[in-house]
Amino acid sequence: MVTHNPQTVPDGWQALPADGDLLTVSGLTRHFPVTRGVLNRAVAQVRAVDGIDFSLSRGETLGIVGESGCGKTTTGRLITRLDEPTSGKIVFDGRDITHLRRGQMRPLRREIGMIFQDPYSSLNPRHTVGSIVGAPLRVQGVRTEQGVKRTVQELLELVGLNPEHYNRYPHEFSGGQRQRIGVARTLALRPKLIVADEPVSALDVSIQAQVINLLGDLQRELGLSYVIIAHDLAVVRHISGRVMVMYLGKVVESAGRDDLYARPRHPYTVALMSAVPIPEPAAVGPGGARVRRERIRLTGDVPSPLNPPPGCRFHTRCWKAQEVCRTTEPPLLMHAPGHHAACHFPENG
Amino acid sequence: MALSRWCQLSPCGILSVGAIRYGDDNVRYAVDMDWWLRVAVTVDPSPGQHGLPADAGLTSAETAIEGRSLGQIAWRRLRRDKIAMGSGVFIVFLVLVAVLGPHFVANPDVYHANLINPTFSRPNGPWGGISLAHPLGVEPVNGRDMLARVVDGTQYSLLIGFLATVLAVVIGVVLGIVAGYFGGWVDTVIGFAMNVFLAFPLLVFAIALVGVVPSSAWGMSGNFLRVVLLIFVIGFFAWPYMGRIIRGQVLSLREREFVDAARSIGARGPYILFRELLPNLVAPILVYSTLLIPTNILFEAALDYLGVGLIPPTPSWGQMLSDAVSNGFYQIDPMYMVIPGLAIFITVMAFNLFGDGLRDALDPRAR
Ligand SMILES: Nc1ncnc2c1ncn2[C@@H]1O[C@H](COP(=O)(O)OP(=O)(O)OP(=O)(O)O)[C@@H](O)[C@H]1O
Ligand code: SF4
Ligand SMILES: [Mg+2]
Repeated sequence: MVTHNPQTVPDGWQALPADGDLLTVSGLTRHFPVTRGVLNRAVAQVRAVDGIDFSLSRGETLGIVGESGCGKTTTGRLITRLDEPTSGKIVFDGRDITHLRRGQMRPLRREIGMIFQDPYSSLNPRHTVGSIVGAPLRVQGVRTEQGVKRTVQELLELVGLNPEHYNRYPHEFSGGQRQRIGVARTLALRPKLIVADEPVSALDVSIQAQVINLLGDLQRELGLSYVIIAHDLAVVRHISGRVMVMYLGKVVESAGRDDLYARPRHPYTVALMSAVPIPEPAAVGPGGARVRRERIRLTGDVPSPLNPPPGCRFHTRCWKAQEVCRTTEPPLLMHAPGHHAACHFPENG
Repeated sequence: MALSRWCQLSPCGILSVGAIRYGDDNVRYAVDMDWWLRVAVTVDPSPGQHGLPADAGLTSAETAIEGRSLGQIAWRRLRRDKIAMGSGVFIVFLVLVAVLGPHFVANPDVYHANLINPTFSRPNGPWGGISLAHPLGVEPVNGRDMLARVVDGTQYSLLIGFLATVLAVVIGVVLGIVAGYFGGWVDTVIGFAMNVFLAFPLLVFAIALVGVVPSSAWGMSGNFLRVVLLIFVIGFFAWPYMGRIIRGQVLSLREREFVDAARSIGARGPYILFRELLPNLVAPILVYSTLLIPTNILFEAALDYLGVGLIPPTPSWGQMLSDAVSNGFYQIDPMYMVIPGLAIFITVMAFNLFGDGLRDALDPRAR
């Protein structure tokens, strides 16, 4: 199990006084059966998430990074219980929510919010902004002192939108503005935990930073905890306290933000990082650790999670792969305090 | 083009109504061997292809008209479409004719033997006996006023076509939403029911039913019973078209993130179905209802034509045609065939054109 390392929480992102982790996930697994025929016989399993562990303390931000199809969205949907885990355990705020039924989950929905990837499909085109942002209050029957309309306008202001736009429809807004509407909706119930599934990947690069900064400001103001999902390391770099790298349903590396960016251990992380421009000061990590500067191009496609490679799942694309990688799965080991990686031949070791 | 299904072939080989698959579209048609009925061809797009009036065309704040709902934008677009607006105005006119017309025209059941040539049984004078007193002339043999009969027929055509459509839409929308949203065995059962209804030999069934049901049943009798029967028969067999379209739309809608967003705030099933999904189905429901009305009107005319529709002397377009064609009156008095034929043609055309315009207006991707 990965434990968090308080030293890696950057300045300005201080964790609130921790009294136990907000979220603890252990052995989380989701296999989607592939069915065939009228009888819906399961003929295979898509191992979308295959036994992952992590924890998140209050006020902390965990970034989950990996290529398309590695199970990030599935992980997010499992945490928010939009999907049912095959096995494993999810403990939120001291309560086991792994197999809570829909009705039992309902009150908890106030505490766990989700921000969606696609600002176009996540807002109902037939509803006004006011109705979208006010929906959580209405659905949960929350009464606010000033009434729903005033509360919604305050939320719009909080995310940097004009409260006068209450009666407008989503199609009248740009992608970035729409994503802010989505954020306002998620904030309406004052959740403790927000899972954001690629909150900026559908946006222009210039707007990405604005939305990420907004999330950061809101965290400071409201003491939120985040799980932020992204497909590249650059997006989560500025906001995450910890970063977890996933490959084919498994966690391959997990570390404090600075530690991970300065001294990545897993070859996959190194490869992902070489796709990210590294600013000069970070080029040499603490203790003079070498950071690979040459571009490593990942060759080949991600293998199918229907039939993941034996041994180390990355061996089909790893430039360091040896015989042992093909036969033995590397365990997730601690290489430095709070820094875990699953590789037989780690980098920067 | 794969010929997937013939709905039915009427026993006398006069009319066939059916659906074929053309590419990904379901094409419904009603075809007669005579050219004048070959108008009711409607295309049901396959799910997810034409789809919803999504925001695709109106993504950025700059291009959108501020403070307007998609409905208002569609209305503006519709108003610019002259053909659709013309058809819409004509439909309003038809409705007025149906509702008010019977009060203004002559009694449709009065015989005018004096206007009929006793030797040939045809109306005196050219163009079927058109005169000031009888603007559309009179019938052969009995000399009843054509205008009055066509106007009275409008009432029945529209009433049956409209109510049968309402019935089909209600059944189709409810079952389509349920099948699409819940999926699994529910979908399988509803899908099976749709296929059974679509594969049913409707004309044969309708003819048999009318033969079996006595002249008074369920506390109703005579023509009123016939009208109710026609509405139910046509409505029950038309719902699968609506059901399929709605099911397809729901299948793609439920994958959209706003459904997950609703679930993530703790919304229950009914909220998702009626508050989130239904408003997005208004456009396809409107469009396909409009396109279903002419098909149903045509179908009712076909049943009248085959003698299993309204009971004479109640005037109906289909019966007049049938009389003109099968009794050979078109040879001595072509207007007797042309006038009800035109009434059907123009009505069906107007609804189809309006439905197409509505679809274009509601779907920004269509332009
Ligand atoms: N409902 C489902 N049924 C079957 N397979 C699924 C389902 N949802 C996801 N999968 C499969 O699980 C794997 C992981 O999917 P997931 O959406 O979690 O990936 P992701 O990391 O979010 O990718 P992306 O960056 O493309 O969003 C994929 O191979 C996907 O095809
Ligand atoms: S275990 Fe082997 S194949 Fe896997 S990442 Fe490490 S070196 Fe590469
Ligand atoms: Mg995803």
